[in-house]
Amino acid sequence: MSSIPVDPHSGSRMTDNTENHPGAREPLVLNMDRFSQVTQQVCQVAEARRTPMAWYICFALSLGCLGVLGFCVLYLILTGVGVWGLNNPVMWAFDITNFVFWVGIGHAGTLISAILFLFRQKWRTGINRFAEAMTIFAVICAGLFPGIHVGRVWVVYWLFPLPNQMEMWPQFRSPLLWDVFAVGTYFTVSLLFWFTGMVPDLATLRDRAKGKIQQIAYGAFSLGWRGSNRHWHRYERAYLLLAALSTPLVLSVHSVVSFDFATSQLPGWHTTIFPPYFVAGAIFSGFAMVVTLAVPAREMFGLKNLITIRHLDNMNKIILVTGCMVGYAYSMEFFIAWYSGALYEKFAFLNRAFGQYWWAYFLMVGCNVITPQLFWFKAIRTSIPIMFVLSLLVNVGMWFERFVIIVSSLANDFLPSSWDVFVPTWVDIGTLLGSFGLFMVLFLLFCRFIPMIAIAEIKAIMPQADPHFDEHGSDDHEAQEETKGEVTS
Amino acid sequence: MSTVTANKTTPTDKNDRRKLYGLIAEFETPGQVVKAAEQVRDAGFKWWDCCTPFPVHGLDKAMGIRPTILPIAVFFAGLTGTIAAFVLQSFTNASDFSVWALVWVTGYPFMISGKPFLSVPAFIPVMFELTILFAALGTFSMMFGFNGLPRLHHPLFRSKRFRRVTDDRFFVVIEARDPRFFQSRTQAFLETLEPISIEAVED
Repeated sequence: MSSIPVDPHSGSRMTDNTENHPGAREPLVLNMDRFSQVTQQVCQVAEARRTPMAWYICFALSLGCLGVLGFCVLYLILTGVGVWGLNNPVMWAFDITNFVFWVGIGHAGTLISAILFLFRQKWRTGINRFAEAMTIFAVICAGLFPGIHVGRVWVVYWLFPLPNQMEMWPQFRSPLLWDVFAVGTYFTVSLLFWFTGMVPDLATLRDRAKGKIQQIAYGAFSLGWRGSNRHWHRYERAYLLLAALSTPLVLSVHSVVSFDFATSQLPGWHTTIFPPYFVAGAIFSGFAMVVTLAVPAREMFGLKNLITIRHLDNMNKIILVTGCMVGYAYSMEFFIAWYSGALYEKFAFLNRAFGQYWWAYFLMVGCNVITPQLFWFKAIRTSIPIMFVLSLLVNVGMWFERFVIIVSSLANDFLPSSWDVFVPTWVDIGTLLGSFGLFMVLFLLFCRFIPMIAIAEIKAIMPQADPHFDEHGSDDHEAQEETKGEVTS
Repeated sequence: MSTVTANKTTPTDKNDRRKLYGLIAEFETPGQVVKAAEQVRDAGFKWWDCCTPFPVHGLDKAMGIRPTILPIAVFFAGLTGTIAAFVLQSFTNASDFSVWALVWVTGYPFMISGKPFLSVPAFIPVMFELTILFAALGTFSMMFGFNGLPRLHHPLFRSKRFRRVTDDRFFVVIEARDPRFFQSRTQAFLETLEPISIEAVED
């Protein structure tokens, strides 16, 4: 327990852990060999008396955007959905684009927290906490849009099977209703998973808290956790169960979202490829958002030893993979449109690429298909400024993907006499901007007051956490290999 | 092993001596606590525990903890969700019964594009979602419920030393209610495990 992991080549403090040496495992926690160092590094963010100036600037900007959202939504409710640029036939535009975009963002968080957990990807521990937070805040943003686009917001409870004076029930054969259940379940389960993972870390903050308010707040939310191994035993089993439940759930959520389109008769929507294509796109955009958030967060709060360059490198590889899937789906849609021989289907796709929304289509292809291909190069995958810019481009591209699918299909349907062009109004743009404000306000509050990194999970993947560590000395690779196959249940 | 300290938290009234909760022994590494746990288990204690900052690999076996029934309970929670969703959908969309569920509610057979009233394939997505929802809520509530949480206080929180359990220290706790517990003898036993400290915690 003495040696600080040093770069074997330079002998200095280690910053690059992206090398792959056969038989050796690169550390995921850099320059720390004591558990208390991890505790200290993560807790100091929540415990700091002074908040970084950059946080205040970001928070003020986000709060301003949130104000814009509040104003736009209030104006919408008081006036009606006519304040958006919707027309007949384009009755869904920015509202549903934003909904699908935000739900998609959330998917990366669940992929990291649940699917990578089932695959025993230990690097997930560095990023899972704030990726899950991102999921929850993104689903909050997503949930806003179906709520306000119904027009008469005051009867939004009709979405739920509640007894009412009309003796009417929701229509359970409609994918729109499945969506209510899918997104509602997704939000609830993500919140439970996030909170369950956080309880031991809140207990850490409770035990370190100096002020009365902190002691009461962290004490209440840590539920009296005392690290008992009899508790850990059930806790780990529950965590595994929640991961196993979240995995099919996350795949179902975006599949159900895609059913909103796929079960309709509209050319460009009526496609069987939609469920897997939407899920791949969701993970693609979500990982881009994780990179967008992780890069500034690790700089601002000094967490580079825990969110290492290897974590970012791995995420960029996933962006590359899912970007290829998305590119494949785009080309396969075109192939099927041609191969089907269906007149309207062929027209819908040619119109999508070369019609009035051609610019949005090529923006989408440029950002989603070409941009991630740059991640084949390691120099780009490990360059902080480049990956930040590319992740922003992917976010833009994925927003436009939903816009292209929804608006270009609706604007030019079967009858040329009913075609129209959608032009967003200032309320449309203000609501989109405002949803980013809502997201960032929640995210910044999270960064400031809640342990951003799963402290207990990080400690458990350190080589020092292995009970045989002392026997093997600092050469822990054998010990790790030994226990790798066993599942802590 | 160096210090043997009595609990610092003295009761307000000296005559009103509090009952002993148990003895806690503090260790520095996961390896030490696993070795200690094996010996406590073999000594035949029943009411004892290990408290650690993170789940230590192999400690369940060293303590002799039997697998939890949580997964089985969760299975039934999920099944409840499946059945609830099916009943909800077939009642509201495919029946015309009236039942009393806090208020009188009546089903409404929906005729949608000539599909059968009881269109089970269309009910599957909601059945799936509610299965997951019930199972997840069941996992969460039963895990904390079986653990006896949430609770506002625990005798172990009286110990200042114990606060490091969520940071970097590993503890073995032997409770006074264990039939084999006898303060001086148990303390001597714990000393043989070579902890960095032993502390008596009052209830």
